[in-house]
Amino acid sequence: MVELFYLGAAVAFIIGLKQLGSPRTARSGNRIAALGMLLAIVNTLVSEDIANWTTVAAGLAVGTGLGAWFAVRVQMTSMPQMVATFNGFGGIASALVAAVAVVDADLGSIAPETSVSILVSMVIGAITFTGSFVAFAKLQGLLPGRPLLFAGQNIVNGLLMVGLVGTAIWGGARDEAGGYWVAAGLALAVGVLAVVPIGGADMPVVISLLNSFSGLAAAAAGFAIESNALIIGGALVGAAGLILTVQMTEAMNRSLGHVLFAGFGSDESSGELSPIGDRPVNKATADDVAIALGYAESVIFVPGYGLAVAQAQHALRKLADALEEQGVTVRYAIHPVAGRMPGHMNVLLAEADIPYEQLLDLERADPRFSDTDVVLILGANDVVNTSARDDPGSPIYGMPILNVDRAKQVIVVKRSLSPGFAGIDNPLFYGEKTLMFFADAKAALEDSLTALNAL
Amino acid sequence: MSPLIVGITVFVLAAFVGLEVISKVPPTLHTPLMSGANAMSGITIIGALTSAGLGATTAAEVLGFLAVVTATVNVVGGFLVTDRMLAMFKSRTDRKKRPDG
Repeated sequence: MVELFYLGAAVAFIIGLKQLGSPRTARSGNRIAALGMLLAIVNTLVSEDIANWTTVAAGLAVGTGLGAWFAVRVQMTSMPQMVATFNGFGGIASALVAAVAVVDADLGSIAPETSVSILVSMVIGAITFTGSFVAFAKLQGLLPGRPLLFAGQNIVNGLLMVGLVGTAIWGGARDEAGGYWVAAGLALAVGVLAVVPIGGADMPVVISLLNSFSGLAAAAAGFAIESNALIIGGALVGAAGLILTVQMTEAMNRSLGHVLFAGFGSDESSGELSPIGDRPVNKATADDVAIALGYAESVIFVPGYGLAVAQAQHALRKLADALEEQGVTVRYAIHPVAGRMPGHMNVLLAEADIPYEQLLDLERADPRFSDTDVVLILGANDVVNTSARDDPGSPIYGMPILNVDRAKQVIVVKRSLSPGFAGIDNPLFYGEKTLMFFADAKAALEDSLTALNAL
Repeated sequence: MSPLIVGITVFVLAAFVGLEVISKVPPTLHTPLMSGANAMSGITIIGALTSAGLGATTAAEVLGFLAVVTATVNVVGGFLVTDRMLAMFKSRTDRKKRPDG
């Protein structure tokens, strides 16, 4: 009977995952999965002979409080960091479950497969934990977003991996707790060293992969404590996370191996700024922007992370509403990796009540640029960087971009000429059809609206 | 069948379900889907509850307590924040229904 309730929880997860894949059903999918989780938790509390009720209740209360506080307080712009943080917590939880098994069990009498499961859960959980928090630190700006590389890095990482596997085998075979702890410590170091050399722009892929890892850690913990519910839940998330990771790398036209081991922006073709930083640009004012937009028939906005940082989504919608009242056709082109994570920009625009029918993805936006009068780029850079299309020497060569330079006019709103998240200069800014409006995105939109109303 | 074989069977079948159920997801939903899947990986909470609840030694109880706290943060925070994101996805018709839209 107990197992049947766990099966119910697993079915809820499967339905939830399925529904999360479509905009109409996503919200109910998330709720169904949450109900499944609740069912699993209650079932565990009822069916196990819990002795330490105070500890369990205190843990649940503290965790619920902290989790809810984070979830309610977080800004939508910080969503990638938030997911990384939660994921790190999930990873360390699995490692701790394995640690309890080491502390409590008589290591001399447990089956070999159990000790293997404990080790796998501990090691993957620990890697997930430190890896997720390095990803968090990079996205939050606590660590530099660029790849951090040092000489002999691959050798050090390789030796660490060999040491990790060796310690694990030795510790598991000799039934000594010390081996488990050393393996866990090495795994914590591997998590840091594996993520530090990956560039900030690839962090979403890393988080998604670590999400898959935390599922595997949970499944391994399930083997250790013989819980089918954990094995099912862990395997589901592990596999779903892997597919999602692959889809993300496809959206960025990268391969997973390249993301993990290439040290993006540091290979021989070098992400150093090409010496075009002092070339002249065409500067624009709010009046220029208002005139260009007001007399256009069709406008496409290309929002990027800078828009979100400036909290300018609502200002953008007001300008778009004003333009629509004057009969201008307004669309938004959303690159798959706009924002800091695939889909992040859609969330941010949804927050400003922009209907999702007006959002064009890469394939639908591309044919429209050539008959669009004005493209207004707000805080986006890498996703409109023409060197990804034209310069085989560019580190981001081959990444699909929005071909905004095919429009009749391009206006770029940007704080300065500084390079984007990937650290690469953008030839678009120096183009003949391009106007640069150096300003904070929010102020730029508000000033342009005022100027538009005064036309 | 030994528990190990049962476990492996369950694992392999569940992994295939996981691969199949995520078909082509539009990039629009990658962020919420990742966040939701992340909340589900907090299923390790049931291991944490057992560990904390049955821990025989103080060390086990302390580690178990930390496991419950971290797993609960993952579960509660993960589902809540996913719901917050998905609540904002509106179509044009939804927007017209709002008096101030």
